[in-house]
Amino acid sequence: MRYSILQLARQALQRHRGWQPAWRDAAPRDGYDIIIVGGGGHGLATACYLAKVHGISNVAVVERGWIGGGNAGRNTTIIRSNYGLAGNEPFYEWSMKLWEGLEQELNYNAMVSQRGVLNLYHSDAQRDAYARRGNAMRMHGVDAELLDAGAVRKMAPFLDFDNARFPIEGALLQARGGTARHDAVNWGYARAASALGVDIIQNCAVTGFVRDGSGAVTGVETTRGAIRAGKVGLAVAGMTSRVAALAGLRLPIESHVLQAFVSEGLKPLIPGVITFGAGHFYVSQSDKGGLVFGGDIDGYNSYAQRGNLPVVEDVCEGGMAIMPMIGRARMLRSWGGVMDMTMDGSPIIDRTPVPGLYLNAGWCYGGFKATPASGWCFAHLLATDTAHDTARAYRLDRFRSGHVIDEKGAGAQPNLH
Amino acid sequence: MRIPCPFCGSRDSREFVYRGDAAPARPAGDDADAMFDYLYLRDNPAGEFEELWYHAQGCRNWLRVRRDTCSHAISGASLARTGRAA
Repeated sequence: MRYSILQLARQALQRHRGWQPAWRDAAPRDGYDIIIVGGGGHGLATACYLAKVHGISNVAVVERGWIGGGNAGRNTTIIRSNYGLAGNEPFYEWSMKLWEGLEQELNYNAMVSQRGVLNLYHSDAQRDAYARRGNAMRMHGVDAELLDAGAVRKMAPFLDFDNARFPIEGALLQARGGTARHDAVNWGYARAASALGVDIIQNCAVTGFVRDGSGAVTGVETTRGAIRAGKVGLAVAGMTSRVAALAGLRLPIESHVLQAFVSEGLKPLIPGVITFGAGHFYVSQSDKGGLVFGGDIDGYNSYAQRGNLPVVEDVCEGGMAIMPMIGRARMLRSWGGVMDMTMDGSPIIDRTPVPGLYLNAGWCYGGFKATPASGWCFAHLLATDTAHDTARAYRLDRFRSGHVIDEKGAGAQPNLH
Repeated sequence: MRIPCPFCGSRDSREFVYRGDAAPARPAGDDADAMFDYLYLRDNPAGEFEELWYHAQGCRNWLRVRRDTCSHAISGASLARTGRAA
């Protein structure tokens, strides 16, 4: 069923009783050409592009719980492509381009809203660093604008510009950045994939891999029985170490918890995404009115989808430092998601040493914005056995060879990325 | 989280700096594979985990803490250097 204004009118006349489920809740068949483990945004996008771009629709997405129930529904919904390193920027810009055409392509309202991302700077040194990052972006053909305090004041007059400790001197603006509705992204990809013949199998946890005599992966063992597969792709960020361990792999990944927060609903207040440069705090306002914000990961290994209070306090202090007015808003909810933190802070889209097993992992806490390109590039890898041009740097062996992509320059210490 | 420092007693985790997995041991020689393994590869278990914390705002000892990564429950801590518990 195609969604359109005509369809809406037609359904309204039928008192909205004619709507069909957006996608099929499939039962596992004996085998598929490709199985994607993980029904989050990245897995669903991969399946969608496999069918759409590469014509491979004999594909299943197996999900332990329900689709979008993990990090896909726990992020702060920010989309941007303001990276500095050559290994990253073309990939994230490809993702941004896919975001820009996503709703038309999927025929689904993902509420992509390019309301701008402002990264505030508070010192001359930080201005220089942002100028450099902005220049790197522009060299890759991406929009970036260095604003002085006056220009930021016009966009966000409520900020604490004259803060004694962290005065706001300006910002790096990516006007094409913004937010998208995270759940809708998942449902849109699920709907598009399902319509092209992809089986979405929920409540189906992978418990092991089927291997042939040579050790190659030829399927997955699940709680709903064994399923054969020509190739298996993992898109289980947060749980990657555990699932990969079932195939005997040890990875350069630690799992950490990242918390996120939302305030009570408020009138329109924050024009776009604003990030604090002196601490770690980022905020946007959802269409429902809640301020959606977050900060650092808790900093210790964790598989618990909840964090501790020191980080709650730290995030709120960051918010108070740039916009003291939010001290009057009540926090409605906080939650945690489990992040795949890699040793250099960048993701992995690559084959593994195990034949037949492919890896999409290590998204740290930046996976949401990458969803379309991650799916696009992982589908490309699965279909062609070659890396997509924009994802060539995301090799698994880069840690061994020294070609790490350390955007933050923090070294092999995952809790610092 | 509160961490039972063997020297200072039960203290808020805010006083500590986290290092991570206590298992990797720096290889003695210059074997590149061993160094790669030490520097980058992690077991990253879900459940019981031995990890290193530094009591930066306390006794400045390195501690070996046993913690469950699924529940954050801490079941013990000892001095990393001597192995002395409480």
